[in-house]
Amino acid sequence: MTATAQVIAPQMRILIIEDDRESADYLVKAFREVGYVADLAGDGEEGLSMADSGDYDVLVVDRMLPKRDGLSLIGTLRDKGNRTPVLILSALGQVDDRIKGLRAGGDDYLPKPYSFAELLARVEVLSRRNVGPAEETTYRVGDLELDRLSHRVARGKDELTLQPREFRLLEYLMKHAGQVVTRTMLLENVWDYHFDPQTNVIDVHISRLRSKIDKGFERPLLHTIRGAGYMIRDGIR
Amino acid sequence: MTAFGKLIRTTAFRLTLVYLFLFALFAASLLGYFAWNTRRMITEQITTTVSAEVSEITDIYDRRGLQRLFFAIESRALRPGANLYLVTTPTGQWVAGNVGSLAPGVMGTTGWSETAYRRLDEGDNAYHRALVNVTQLSGGFRLLIGRDLEERRRLFGIVAKAAQWSILVVVILGIGGGIFVARRVLQRIDAMTGTAQRIMAGDLSGRLPVGRSGDELDRLASNLNAMLERIEALMVGLKEVSDNIAHDLKTPLTRLRNRAEEALAKSGCEADYRAALERTIEESDGLIRTFNALLMIARAESGQARGNMDDFDAAEVAEGIHELYEPLAEDGGMTLRLKTAPVSLHGNRELIGQALANLVENAIKYGRPAEPRPAEPKGAVVSLDARQILIEARREGDQVLLSVTDHGPGIPEGERKHAMERFVRLDSSRSQPGSGLGLSLASAVATLHGGELRLSDAHPGLVATLAIPARAGASDRLAVQTPDVPQKVA
Repeated sequence: MTATAQVIAPQMRILIIEDDRESADYLVKAFREVGYVADLAGDGEEGLSMADSGDYDVLVVDRMLPKRDGLSLIGTLRDKGNRTPVLILSALGQVDDRIKGLRAGGDDYLPKPYSFAELLARVEVLSRRNVGPAEETTYRVGDLELDRLSHRVARGKDELTLQPREFRLLEYLMKHAGQVVTRTMLLENVWDYHFDPQTNVIDVHISRLRSKIDKGFERPLLHTIRGAGYMIRDGIR
Repeated sequence: MTAFGKLIRTTAFRLTLVYLFLFALFAASLLGYFAWNTRRMITEQITTTVSAEVSEITDIYDRRGLQRLFFAIESRALRPGANLYLVTTPTGQWVAGNVGSLAPGVMGTTGWSETAYRRLDEGDNAYHRALVNVTQLSGGFRLLIGRDLEERRRLFGIVAKAAQWSILVVVILGIGGGIFVARRVLQRIDAMTGTAQRIMAGDLSGRLPVGRSGDELDRLASNLNAMLERIEALMVGLKEVSDNIAHDLKTPLTRLRNRAEEALAKSGCEADYRAALERTIEESDGLIRTFNALLMIARAESGQARGNMDDFDAAEVAEGIHELYEPLAEDGGMTLRLKTAPVSLHGNRELIGQALANLVENAIKYGRPAEPRPAEPKGAVVSLDARQILIEARREGDQVLLSVTDHGPGIPEGERKHAMERFVRLDSSRSQPGSGLGLSLASAVATLHGGELRLSDAHPGLVATLAIPARAGASDRLAVQTPDVPQKVA
């Protein structure tokens, strides 16, 4: 993980707005350990002024904050024209709360309790948006090529035949090449479901995709990141 | 508040007062109209007769002179109950008639006027009112003819009295009626309040008294009773849940704690600690998952998720779930088949999807056909058909059916209801991972949409069906019980 983070944005700046001191300190420490700059705001008002003045790549905002509610903070920021990506942390994990959070201007929503690996993966994906558009028509990782317009996938000289859903899965992975993508992120973005499957249903899809794009090739591109998720990247880098 | 104070504060009593005021106003205006019209009629009659006499007497004067005029006036003035007559000279002297005195200035102007007067033959203070006409005769003489207004006044008195009495009667009857109605309503409301207070004090089994008349208060009482019924069911459910949570979360929590303690007590290498920590995280992830599922069920059961309903195609959901689970089923040696027709459904797409996913996961986990027993002839291979799981979406009547059929061992009929309860896992060996909440959630989702989860026999195997009314958003459990209540679309 450390390696990927440094590849993408060596000095990513993150503002954590969270009133629970212990979990806030834990987050700051954990983000600093992977090489990011992490600042902390303890309430909504402080968070708003820091987010507004500071130049952050991602804001991690707790939904329930003293002085100013998390959603109102985001709304105010957006009204001022501040487009910094926001990830909402909330103890309210239900579908309608998620929708409320995203409607208020949040870019992603993570229910508590969460694993840091999941949070880190999502923050990295979010911050990429800030850096530049990833809406190219062709994605390339190593000798793997995906054409988003003609829906063609090729590895080296071999044309690969993918099912529509496999194509979308690969497209999402390649869009975030070099970044960790978790199982829930895949379920949300590829299948549009927000529940937590009790079985390893995503792993099975991944292993099918892997057998199509990596089988018979010397260098694997689709990697399993233990305890976190998956990543597509050229092994050399 | 005193009993009387309570009485006059009731809506019934206040309404009575309003009606009372309106009726009194109505009676008064009716009588007023009657009085005014009668007065007009009498006045008209007087003017007609007086005008006739004026022209008659003027005629006498014109044709036969002053002498005859005096004579005619005097003879007429002496008749009993007669009109008023007065003739004055050009200098204003009173020369003939039966008028004792007049309000000053009456003779000064010709035409009609109303005035006070006294008759010659009556006492000094016997003043009356009259309507008089003063005419200018040739030669400077003036003639006054008038008629007493006593009749009109008496009539007016009668009407006024009638008005007084009728308003008095209306008020007495109205207030009495109001008190009677208010007392009746108040008694019933007091009975309801008493029950409500008992219920608030903790006796959830209390119900409001429902009369036989079927009036609005009875309907209110029976609706409130239905609501209480639901609240009681929810409370019982809540208690059950908390008991179950206490039990089913404490067990893994204890295990978690024991492992951590054990790892701490044993001095081991880093790899041991690492392994212990990894197991701890795994275990806590499982706990979180259970917790989320419980919250989801609670939300579905309390109806909070109703805010997120829209129209979608149930077949599309079935296709999505089929697509998602197809590789997993295949890995487990099963085939997942799909049979759908487009069926539109109003509901929470996410929850329906999750409920269906739970049913499919169950079918993959438990729907494996029984292995051929050793006693059976060798080579009795389980047919391919038996390894099939079928996802179906179709419409039947006004219901949308989303079903998952497997050909595994099924669930014995007696245990089906039990299987839908929280934390119940029929697989006593617990060889498969799971929280025992899958069917509970599916059932809660179906109930949220006004439908139900049905478990039936597939001979052999299990059919789990989400049966949901096509317009699910418009109904809920309460409305199903009292269908005459106007239903609110969430």
